[in-house]
Formats: sequence, structure tokens, C-alpha cells
Amino acid sequence: MIDAVTLAILNGRLEQIADEMDATLFRSAFNPIIAEAHDASHGIYDAENGDTLVQGKSGLPIFVGVMAFAVKAVIEKAYTDGDLVDGDIYIFNDPYEGGTHLSDFRLVKPFFRNGSVYCYLASVGHWHDVGGNVPGNYNPIATESFQEGMLIPPVKLFKAGVLQQDIVDILQANSRLPLSVFGDLNAQINALDLGNKRLNSLLDQYGDDTIKSALSELKERASKMMRAYISALPDGETIAEDFLDNDGIVDEPLKINLRLKIEGDKMLLDFGQSSAQCSGPVNISRSTTIAACYVALKHIFGDVPANAGVLEPVDFIVEENSLLAALAPKPVGGYTETILRLIDVIFQAVAKIAPERSNGCAYGTINALSIAGYRENGQRWVMFSFFGGGHGGHPLGDGLNHGNAPISTATIPPLEILEAAYPIKFNQWALRPNSGGDGKFRGGLGATYEIELLEKSADAFLFGERGKFSPKGVVGGKEASKNIFTYEGDDGPTNPKMVSKIVGVKLKRGQSVRIDTPGGGGYGNPLDRSKRARDHDVQLGYVTEKKL
Amino acid sequence: MKIQKKSSKLVGVDVGGTFTDVFVLDQESGVVSISKVASTKGDQSVGFIEGIEKGAKLFNEINTVVHGTTVGTNALLERKGAKTGIITTKGFRDVLEMRRRDRPSTWGLWGMFEPIVSRDLRLEVNERTLADGTINIPVDTEEVKAAAINLLELGCEAVCVFFINGFANLKNETIAAQIVRDIWPNPYVTAATEILPEIREFERCSTGTLNSYLQPVVANYLDKLKLGLSNKGTSSDVLIVQSNGGLVDVKLAAQFPVRTALSGPAAGVKAAQYIGSEAGFLNIITCDMGGTSFDVSLINKGQITLAAQTEIAFGMVVRTPMVEISTIGAGGGSIANIDQGGLLTVGPESAGSDPGPVSYGLGNDRPTVTDANLLLGRINPKRPIGGKLKELDISAAWQAVDAKIAKPLGLSVPEAADAIVRVANAKMAGAIRLVSVERGHDPKDFAIMPFGGGGSLHSGALMKEIGLGASLIPLYPGVTSALGCVVADMRVDTVQTVNTLLDDLDINQLKKRMNQQASTFENILSESKNSLDGLSRVFELDMLYVGQTHSICVPLSVNLQTLSKEIIKKAFDKIYLETYGRLLPGIDARVINLRVAVIGNRPKLDLSSMASISSKSVEECQIETRLIWCDGVQVSAKIYERLDLPIGGTIIGPALLEQPDTTIFIEPNMCGEVDHIGNLLIRWCEE
Repeated sequence: MIDAVTLAILNGRLEQIADEMDATLFRSAFNPIIAEAHDASHGIYDAENGDTLVQGKSGLPIFVGVMAFAVKAVIEKAYTDGDLVDGDIYIFNDPYEGGTHLSDFRLVKPFFRNGSVYCYLASVGHWHDVGGNVPGNYNPIATESFQEGMLIPPVKLFKAGVLQQDIVDILQANSRLPLSVFGDLNAQINALDLGNKRLNSLLDQYGDDTIKSALSELKERASKMMRAYISALPDGETIAEDFLDNDGIVDEPLKINLRLKIEGDKMLLDFGQSSAQCSGPVNISRSTTIAACYVALKHIFGDVPANAGVLEPVDFIVEENSLLAALAPKPVGGYTETILRLIDVIFQAVAKIAPERSNGCAYGTINALSIAGYRENGQRWVMFSFFGGGHGGHPLGDGLNHGNAPISTATIPPLEILEAAYPIKFNQWALRPNSGGDGKFRGGLGATYEIELLEKSADAFLFGERGKFSPKGVVGGKEASKNIFTYEGDDGPTNPKMVSKIVGVKLKRGQSVRIDTPGGGGYGNPLDRSKRARDHDVQLGYVTEKKL
Repeated sequence: MKIQKKSSKLVGVDVGGTFTDVFVLDQESGVVSISKVASTKGDQSVGFIEGIEKGAKLFNEINTVVHGTTVGTNALLERKGAKTGIITTKGFRDVLEMRRRDRPSTWGLWGMFEPIVSRDLRLEVNERTLADGTINIPVDTEEVKAAAINLLELGCEAVCVFFINGFANLKNETIAAQIVRDIWPNPYVTAATEILPEIREFERCSTGTLNSYLQPVVANYLDKLKLGLSNKGTSSDVLIVQSNGGLVDVKLAAQFPVRTALSGPAAGVKAAQYIGSEAGFLNIITCDMGGTSFDVSLINKGQITLAAQTEIAFGMVVRTPMVEISTIGAGGGSIANIDQGGLLTVGPESAGSDPGPVSYGLGNDRPTVTDANLLLGRINPKRPIGGKLKELDISAAWQAVDAKIAKPLGLSVPEAADAIVRVANAKMAGAIRLVSVERGHDPKDFAIMPFGGGGSLHSGALMKEIGLGASLIPLYPGVTSALGCVVADMRVDTVQTVNTLLDDLDINQLKKRMNQQASTFENILSESKNSLDGLSRVFELDMLYVGQTHSICVPLSVNLQTLSKEIIKKAFDKIYLETYGRLLPGIDARVINLRVAVIGNRPKLDLSSMASISSKSVEECQIETRLIWCDGVQVSAKIYERLDLPIGGTIIGPALLEQPDTTIFIEPNMCGEVDHIGNLLIRWCEE
């Protein structure tokens, strides 16, 4: 067994390697979704089963969990083919083999020491465009994943250190933005090269066996901490339920139901009563479901190390063919919306048994907006961005105004960068008054973004949620405002039929689209909110009307 | 240009939380004197004048006073700037508060943020510039006037004018700023593009607003300094250390206080750069270990590392080049703890200096790094540094480490103390590795230079842990920043947006811009009364591949005659390859910004005049022998009086060297040698 002091030292060294891989990709990537919004992640994974061993702190939280499944898929593929050698790198985006959606390209590299695989290094990043019906790939009316973009199974991008140019050619040919694909691909390779170099020097310094036992100790430690935290919660069970607006095809709500059970140092998350898989793209695969639970638990118990040990004391019930365990080729492009709702129900359930550990729901939708068209010179452009909203009130105070989604640490690109890159103009980029849920501690405010088209024509696409069901408050806190999308139709301001989702709305020069994003849910009884806090809200214009 | 040397006194002043250090150099005789007075909280200028009085004696002999100040830093950290307003483009009053849609920590959703300008003080006016510089809506001058009056009525003392896309065309913002200045009763008006004419609205708004926020505080303070000095009968120049290590006069410092936000720490790094190069070390890692934090900075090939952007606190972003200082929560007061998973952690929670470590006896009962060092025998309980306390309480430290760490981990107390120090060292090593190894530098080529009180106990362990080549311990680690003031050069700089494909770049026009800007700066510096040894120019381009959003900084030769697009491309390729390992042939390069700086080189200071002329032998400097713990065993270590050691004197570890402002630990198998300017150079003993 490795001593506690060396372990603490190695923990920091290993995390630093993953962090530095993140930073390399962010700085050298081409598309703003990675470079500015940090929709990417890196880690070190188990050689036998793909378990997450170490994860960077700056990458996208949701990838932390799913990457383990992605690496597992590569391990199985390599085992079947029997031709894994040093210098290989696999590339793929198959969402049923490692979660999330087609936009997320994974590069997985076996890390060799003395002729055998010691562990895997992996990089995942959200590419700007991977083909399919909708530029930017958030296709709200997809009924099969084939409509969402190209699907690449695990194939070798590098064979024994040699780049397979034909694979690169296929990838580039299938994107509306081939240069962006090329730039991001190179940036991800940069990150893996760097990880490879750093890990080798760490192993040279401490020895292969020491690091191996450190990795297994760290996992052990995460599960021990989780057990300690779970034990501290009262035994019992509770149910929480929330809904998605629709699947983009059929305008009917979809249910996510959670039965949370605490028994000693074990936790059960039972999603058995949730809706069946649907026609539209809000399905998620089972691996994505488990990754989302991991994110929620890490938010609640933040100091548990980010590795597979977190989930060790947690059991899951997820029905196959349900919304939360869909099978190919059910569309999964809008997975972000479903996992945000899933995280919301976990917060709601925990609030019932341990109010001091929870918080009001955050705004709960990423609002993936793309506006695409051609410039006068014939050049194609695709503006694609996610938008922010309020965080929930919490035991320490009001929720954060205009935060990022709980599944990500993504920042929003500067509006000046968007205006410089695309023929658009923001008319408003502002906080949205009255959008936070009331409570002893009010939910944070959402935002209003209004975007005007400066070119002759373009098509707009939106994949959002929370148009019908507000982000909920907890412990007596009130719900926040709903998401509202408005576009200028020929008959004036129009709201989409599918509330929070639209496809190919035609815009003319001078017309605009507008998103009013939800705030966060409140925390605690509004009657307990201090007069001082209420006066302050009115003085600053966070609240503009008398609300009780 | 007239460059003249004056034969009188040069004074460096560093005002810290506890002490004000003054470093006086008589430029004629080369004589150096160092003095210390207590800092005066509330009004630092009082201690400032007292310190100079004590150090320089005669005010009329002073030529120049150079100051590293923390007034700006403290105002930011304690949020004690002026009541400030913002006048901005209609539709964008919340840019400052919306930030870049981030949150304080990856895990946990309990973040909070209060912008330095509250929402009711952010007013909108009709105007709009597009991304390409087209004026979409001319600025409504009546609205600007009304907004300014409104802000004055609301009690604002300072104001920032910030317009969307202002960097692409300065017109609207310049007009508006002029209108505000015509009305505003004081000079505290900033147009955001005056401080940062660069794309990215939040970063520009934040930097410009923080500048306004600091203007009254810093200007007021600098006025008091000037007044205090003139009351004493001197009209000497006062220069301020900027966050990039260069000096500016008080006028510019008062106008752009955000550029001096890290003035004090920058002075320290500047000193390290100077001492290092005088001692023959061009690669230095500086570390400043205080009570709560450990600050690291890297000097590579004699150059200080600058960060383009610094986040002072969550959502408080300053985007001007500053000495890159990485801070982690590991100091003498950092608390050791056992976490839920049974792992020993040290910091970031700290007992600071009050109540401080358990051994201070001021009420803290949780063991700290200083307590661990004390139990290992590395601190003399009868001689605490800083002079505040008489004696340290060993038995209290023993009990605390025993109860909180040793028993839960099943270790003896010395083992537990050793573990605390090792974990703290590992954290510090991590911070150093981030700025060195992880950026491709070989640690063997670097010497670590501790300054401040705490670092000299740990530098040997950090050499071991990281594989650094040497430790270089300055003669007076406690007054490094004051020394840095005296050795810093003057520097003025600017950044301008270019934003063109390299292929489309008008090279002659660029050369003209470079030349004009540099000449303007040269005139500013020549006007200054200060004696300068000469001027030098710095030209850099921020560049990227088309499609990327993050640029790399490409230094150019100062020889404008030969500058061509081909040379720029070659320089870009070189830096890109060094940074990322592979080029992207076939993709165009774009030039984003032009950076121009002019440096006024000040006369060299001969550090050897500081070194003691000791006639004692090394043996005569030994005070006592003490049993200390090293790697789990008790060994006998010799204790020396550091300041008495002769030049060339060599000491073999384990040994401890005591002096009023620090204690130095020479680890077993390491040797310390006093160099020609009084530094202690620690290396591995040769076989």
C-alpha cells in the first residue's frame, strides 16, 4: 500500500496532466465551442475496464462520466481486432458507445509502458459541424440518428504513430466546416501528445508500480468518501418528478421520475417510472444517464475526487428502451436537455431528505441556437452558441445571475467575437428581470438575448427546453420563469409551435430572434425573505413588480 | 536626447501589510542602507514618509523615490474603491454582471457574485458601432450628458464609458468621454478603449471599470505622497512600479491605476530578476511564502513572464499585461487536516498571522505548517521572525499535531509533522511545476529564489521534489520588493488592434505605426527628469490561424528596416511550433494586435556594496548545535548567524541559518555558499 503523503502528492500530479491537456486543446482549437466555451474534456482511464482514473478540473463535467464508457468501447474493439500497438489512436463519435451526441468526437490513445497497455488517455471535444440536416447538429426534428450527422464507429486515426489521411479526408468531407474539423482534430492530437509525454515522465520519476497503486488507492478513497457522505444522510426514500416540454416531433411532455433511496452507506437511484424512449432527439443512452447522475452527485458532494469511485456505492435502475436508456438508431442530439432535467430531479429529491445539501434548480436548458446562411461572396457561415440562465437559490444566498449549465463549465463566447465572425448584431444582451424564483433565497436571473440578421437571408434553429415547465424551487422556494423564444415572422413576433424548438425559420435582413432564458428556482419560503433583500431587488431592478 | 546622471539618493519603498521597507542607494558613493518601520493602516502614506525619513535622513538629497504599492490591490480585494458608474450602449448595461457566463467553481452550484458597479449605476445611451467599425447609430450626446448628471446625482465619484465594439472605431466612445469630462468635477473618467482597445466586451468593460474604480483611491494616495515629500522639502520624482515590472511617473499611474494592481508583487519579481542576473542565474523561479499563500513566478532567460489577463477575484478581470503570479493556498499558517476519505490535506484554510499557528498562543488549536516546522526543529522557538512575538509555544504545537494528525493517522508526532511539511511542499511543488515543467522548461536549468519570510525553510525540499538546479537566497529576503523598486526600468506600452490576414497586411503602414508609437513613448520618457542609461523598443504581434480565437504572442526584431511578411510568418511558425508541436500548413495566419513598448533603462546597481565585509570565519559564525528531524530520523544540525558569514564561506547541510527576517534550512547532502554579492547559493554537495 502506498503511503498517504505520496498519494496526496501523486493525486495533484495526475490531475495536473489532465488539466494541462484541457488547456492545450482550449488554446489551439478552432471552433469557439471548444476554444471559448470549453466543451471538451481529458482524462486517464483504466487499461482493463476503462474506468475513469483521473479527470481534468477544467473540462466539461458531463464528459467525466461518459468517457469511461467510450474507452471501454475502444478496449472491446481492440480486443476483437487483436491488433492494438503503441502509437495507435482511435477516433469515433458513436453516441451509443460512450454517450452524449454525434458532435462530440473522442480520441482514445492506449498508453504503452514496456510493451503493454498501462492505461488509456482520451480527449473529447464538441466539433462545430458534423453534417446532418441542421448546421451545428442540434436537429430538433430528427427521428433517427442518421439525420443528426455522420456516425463514426471506433476506427484508427493513427496506426503505430502514422496518421491515416483517408480518415481525415472522410471527416472533413462530411462537415459543412472542413477547416474547423481539421483545426480541432489537430488540437486534440496536440493534447494527447502532451498527456503522453507528461505521463511518461511521471512514471519515470515514481515508477510504474507506485503510480498504479496510487490510481487504485485514489479510486478507493473516492468511494470511501461517498460512503461517508451517504451514511450521513437519513435513511429513507423519496420521489421527485419533472418534465421535458416535448421531443420536437410530438408535442407531449416526457416524464423523468426518480425514486431516491438511502440505506446505510448505499444510495439507489431508480428511474424506472420515467417515460419510454421517444421519436425525437431527447433520448439518452444508459451511459449518458449514469454520467449525469455522477455530475449531480459531484455537485452535491464537491470534494470527492473525480473518478469512478464516486459511483461505487450507488445503484441504478434504468429500464432498457426508456427515455434514459435508448438504443440505436433513436436520435440523441438533444441529450443535454434530458440530462439537465435528470440533474434537476436529483436536486429536488435530495432537498426533501437533506435540505441543507441542496439548491433550487438551475435554468435547465442550454438553448442551442444556430443561425446559418451564405455571405454575399458565397461563403458558408454557421453561428452556433449556447446561452446562459440563472442558478437556483441555495442555503448561503441568492442564486448566481447568468451562470453556465450544471453539466458544463462552458463560458459564452464574447458577443463581439460572434459579431466579428458572423453577419449578426446583438440588440440586447441583458439580465432578465423577475425571472428568478422567489424564496428566502431568490433564484438567479436568466438573460435576454436579441440577435438581428445583417445578411440578406439565413435560417435559424433552436433546441431548447423549459418552455412549458419552469425550473423548480426547493424547500418551499418558488419556481422561476419559463424559457421564451420569439422570432420575427411576417406577421410580427412569433413563438414556435413546439414552444422551445424550431427548425429552419427563415430570417431576412433586419429581422431578429430573441431568447428570454429562465432564472433559477428559489430556496426556502418566500415569507422568510428579508425586507432588505426585497428592497435591494427593486432598487437594482432585479424585480420590477410587487411579487409575493 | 539628454541623458544625465544625478549624484544623489535613490529610494525604493515597499509598503507591506506589516512593515514598510525602505531601500536607499546613494548613487554617488554606492552606499546602501535598509530600514524598516511599521506600516500605517488606513493611511499608508504616513508610514511611507516615516520610512524614508528613517532611511534617507536628508530629504533634499533624494533624487527619485520608487514605490511598489499595494493600495490598488487592497482596494480591489477589500472592494474599497470609489462609487463608480458606467455609461454604456443601449441594451448592454449588464455586460459587467453577466461576465462570460461562468461560475466560481466547477463542482457545486452555490456561487455568488456582486459586481463592483451595481445595476442602478449602469446607464444606457443610444449609440452603436458594428464589428467592422461602421457607426450604426451616432452617439446621442444629450443622453450621455443626462446620464453623467444622473450618475453624479446618485453620488458617483468615478465613471467608465464603455461602448460595444468601441475598439473597432473609437469615435462614439471618444465623443461620449469628452462630454462626460466636460461635466465631471474631477479627472476620474475612463473610456474603456483608453485602457484596452481590444475585442471582448466583458474583459474590456471590467478592466476599464476597475480603472475608474481605483482612480480616486490611488490618485488620492499618490497626492498625499507628493505632498508629504514636498512638506519635507523635496521635489524629487516619484515613480510607481506597474504590474508588468516597469516604472511610470505618478501622473500616468494615477490615470491608469489598474495597471499597477500588482505593483508590490511585481517589484519583488523585478528584484529577483536583477539579483539572479547579477549572480549569474538567468532562469529563476521566485516564491513568496507568506502566512496564507504561496506566490510563484517564473523568470526565463532573464525575462519576467507576463500574463495577458489576471482574475483578481471571481468575475473581477483585469486584462493588461501583468507579472504572472500563480498563487496557491499554502503558507506558514495553512492548516493541516484529515479529510472524509482519511487523507492528509494542508490548506487552503489558513490561520493567517492572527491568530496564526498554534505555537503563537493566540487562540488557534489546529496545527499549521509553521507548527510542523517548529516541531521538526527547523525554527528557533526563541527567535521568531518578524519580531512580533517573544517566543513560540512548542508544547502547544506538539499537542495539536498529536491530537489532530498523528493519532488519526497512527503516526508519531515527528512523523506527522514531517508529513505535514511534505504535503505542503508537494502543493508548492505543484504550483511551481505548473509554471515551469508543464510549460516545457527543464527544472535543472532553474534556481529557486525564496523571498518573504517563510520560503527559505522549504527551498531545499522543493529542489529535491522538482529537480531544480539550485536555491539562491538573497541577502535580505524580507526587503526584496523595496530593492526591486530601485532596480526596475521605466516602461510605457500599448496595444492596438490590427485584425488583418497576414497576406493582406500593409507592411509599410504597420512599420509606420510601430515607429510613430515608439517615438511618442520615447519622447514621454525623455521628458522625465530621471537619469536613464538609454531607451529600448519592444514590438510584438498577437497572431493566430484563421479560425482560432486564442492568439499567441510573436516577438519581432526592433530593426524595422528588414521587417517583412515573410519574417513575420517565420516568427509565428517558430512560436506556434514551440507552443503546440505542430503547424497547420495551408491555413492562413491572422494578425490580431500590435503591442509596442519602450523601456527606459536605468543605471545598474552594484549589489556587491550590500554584501557584508565580514572578517569572521564560518566556524566563528556558528551559534549552536540543535537536534532536528530529517526524513524521520533525528540528526544534529549546526546553527549559524547568516549575516555574519564571509563571502565564499561554505556550509554543509543539515544546517540552519538564522537572520532577523528569515530562517534558511540547508538539507542534508546540500551545501550552501555565500557568493560575491552576499546571496546564499545552495546546491547538492559534490560527491
